[in-house]
Amino acid sequence: MDNRSFFLYLLVMAGSTYLIRAIPFALMRKKIKNTFIRSFLYYIPYAVLSAMTFPSALYATGSVISAAIGLGAAILVSFKSKSLTLVAITACLTVFLTECVMSLI
Amino acid sequence: MSILQSYKKGVKAGVPIGLGYLSVSFSFGIMAVSMGLHVWQAILISMTTLTSAGQLSGIGTMMIPGQYASMLVSQLTINVRYSFMSISLSQKADDALRGVWRWLLGFFITDEIFAVASTEKSVSRSYFLGLAAMPYVGWTLGTTLGALLGNVLPESLTGALCIAIYAMFVAIVVPPAKEDRRLLAVVGTAIAASLAFYYLPYLNRVSSGLSVSICAVAAAALGAWLFPRKEEDDG
Repeated sequence: MDNRSFFLYLLVMAGSTYLIRAIPFALMRKKIKNTFIRSFLYYIPYAVLSAMTFPSALYATGSVISAAIGLGAAILVSFKSKSLTLVAITACLTVFLTECVMSLI
Repeated sequence: MSILQSYKKGVKAGVPIGLGYLSVSFSFGIMAVSMGLHVWQAILISMTTLTSAGQLSGIGTMMIPGQYASMLVSQLTINVRYSFMSISLSQKADDALRGVWRWLLGFFITDEIFAVASTEKSVSRSYFLGLAAMPYVGWTLGTTLGALLGNVLPESLTGALCIAIYAMFVAIVVPPAKEDRRLLAVVGTAIAASLAFYYLPYLNRVSSGLSVSICAVAAAALGAWLFPRKEEDDG
């Protein structure tokens, strides 16, 4: 790929990603009163993250088994702790150890 | 709270996101270089685009010449969720966060930065800028490291790092969902819909970016219709 087409692609990708974030943010000046829209906006981030996680996360590691165990560990830890770092590190370690054990069997 | 205090508060809240991004963008760096991009191109993409799913799909498209329209359509469908987040965040922005500040800081609205900012009652310029700092550094640094030394690390280690972003999603969703059955129902609906789009015939032909948007919008709309929230619910 030559530099010209790289920069054109970059412009389309970065430009569209920026505008889709910035335009609604910059233009919504009023507080929304409508209960349905307010409720929708409250639920949307959690719905997005849930749909992004399942089932894609199961295929993120070397095997479905290690990913499932890692996700299970993340869910367990996040019941007890609100620390994103702790949950993330626990999940990574669990996946790593599970894959080590699996390679031995 | 002074400007410096709220900036520091934001930076502190952004550290775990930055760590998560470090590992996720590390795998992006590996993939970008393995697909044939230069190290500087991978870094430039991360610094200007700052998104996971969109970049991953984008580098795939870049490998085929002349697919600019296809690039635009796939980016818009994958990223349409940001519009909802931007509108949601605009409701929490304080009086000083407006005008040119919105055009500047809007760049940094990612899933995780948004999710953490949403837990605040009101979002100021300094807090949001602080919150974005570590994730931006982590995303750039991780891409750089992955692009430079991805092929040196064993596969078991890079695989383990790839779960980090999802663990972070779990950590954002679980604590409020276990306190609130209505939210739990919305989360369950989104997951069920997402599983259907992944495994059922015909539905699984829909691109992953678009299916996430469809599932999330449907689940949140159903939740808003069945379980409307009062002002005091949302803090």
